Amino acid sequence: MQTPAPVDYARAHSVEQALDLLDQHDGEARLIAGGHSLIPMMRLRIAQPECVIDINDLTELDYIRVTGDHLSIGALTRHKTVLASPVIGEHYAILHDAERVIADPIVRNRGTVGGSLCQADPAEDLSAVLAALRAEAVIRSRTGSRVVPVRELDDGPYQTVLEDAEILTEVRIPIRPGAGSAYEKVERRTGDWAVAAVGAYLVLDGGVVSDVGIALAALGVEHGCATEAEDYLRGREITDQTLAEAGRLAAAASRPSPDQRGPVVYKRHLADELTRRALRRAADRAQGRI
Amino acid sequence: MQVRITVNGVEHVNEIESRQLLVHYLRTTLGLTGTHWGCDTSQCGTCVAWLDEEPVKTCTVLAAMADGHRVRTVEGLADGATLDPVQVGFMAEHGLQCGFCTPGMMMTARHLLDHDPDPDEATIREAISGQICRCTGYENIVRAVRHAAGHPSHPSDAAGADPATDGDSAVVGEPSQEVPA
Repeated sequence: MQTPAPVDYARAHSVEQALDLLDQHDGEARLIAGGHSLIPMMRLRIAQPECVIDINDLTELDYIRVTGDHLSIGALTRHKTVLASPVIGEHYAILHDAERVIADPIVRNRGTVGGSLCQADPAEDLSAVLAALRAEAVIRSRTGSRVVPVRELDDGPYQTVLEDAEILTEVRIPIRPGAGSAYEKVERRTGDWAVAAVGAYLVLDGGVVSDVGIALAALGVEHGCATEAEDYLRGREITDQTLAEAGRLAAAASRPSPDQRGPVVYKRHLADELTRRALRRAADRAQGRI
Repeated sequence: MQVRITVNGVEHVNEIESRQLLVHYLRTTLGLTGTHWGCDTSQCGTCVAWLDEEPVKTCTVLAAMADGHRVRTVEGLADGATLDPVQVGFMAEHGLQCGFCTPGMMMTARHLLDHDPDPDEATIREAISGQICRCTGYENIVRAVRHAAGHPSHPSDAAGADPATDGDSAVVGEPSQEVPA
């Protein structure tokens, strides 16, 4: 039987209380919401926190709302809530694409947006999606709050820029007219981590790309974004030729690791193919063709 | 630490280690061994039980997190001697072979049918997609859930008798055919 090391348990009833608890433990406590990543890591003793702080009662962080020109998602919003949200489907098809392939329905019952981001797994779907969308993360501490682009949230695999006594409370995503988005993932079986995945976000102005986000999951790219491909596409139309070049650039930027999910050559191939597919579908959606 | 958890309608107060997982609390502290324990990592879904109103993988929930909440396990599916239609369906359609995944599958099926009384095959397959049957007997599991569809979960409260779920001696009268716990 694999069992976590002895650990204290505390339940927070407000963000302030959770922040106080984090502060008291001086970096040796971990927040727990869904628990699907943290608890296996605790069982393997990869993580041995002094205390786990249960934040499932922080219903104040469970919301989806449109505010002006952006949409806000509270960090404790469950994956199933995101998947069921019509307002999210209306603005960000990519989020529904991704949520359909994040783990499985039972894990999505409990897993949270904030937990996915803060786990900072290089293969995590939502991190790639929100990086493609150029979302921002709102981070609170006892002294105030700060906003960090999701593209800069990770500080290496399984590490974020959050300080010990900070909590990610919200992600904000800009709402843009003429935008389309899509997520393409290859996995070994339902619910698995990606072999490779690509998220694409396009803003088209008269058929020309005025803004673009391309994020790659499980492909070894720093901060997960194919910036060369983004720079190339900006100001161009989406054609077979420009898609082929964007796919080539994304594959060239990829530094995947060979593992049980496949060799490097296969993953690079996926980076190319999935980039073209995601961009094509995003463009079709932006132009109302699907 | 002390926890107060209502399991299958019965309140339990226990002194536990705060590192104890919900699956082990159910199996070892309460002796409710119907909830099986498989992969440890939220992959296989064998340990699925309900936390409040929803199926969860109890191998990745601390028992402490269930303090003050309700849990429903496979032992809470039957209504006294009357089996839940899902349990009847698993027997009628040979929905289990080794039986290891069966309790979790049934808890997921019950939740699905409570929210979608007439699911098609694709919906059933999606609902159980986070659970692994080691015998790979999915065809019969899907048929078992279809069999249960449309049958009320508490037939004793429903109007009219249903021979598939009400007092069928072949179903509830033979211990050898009871769903393994």
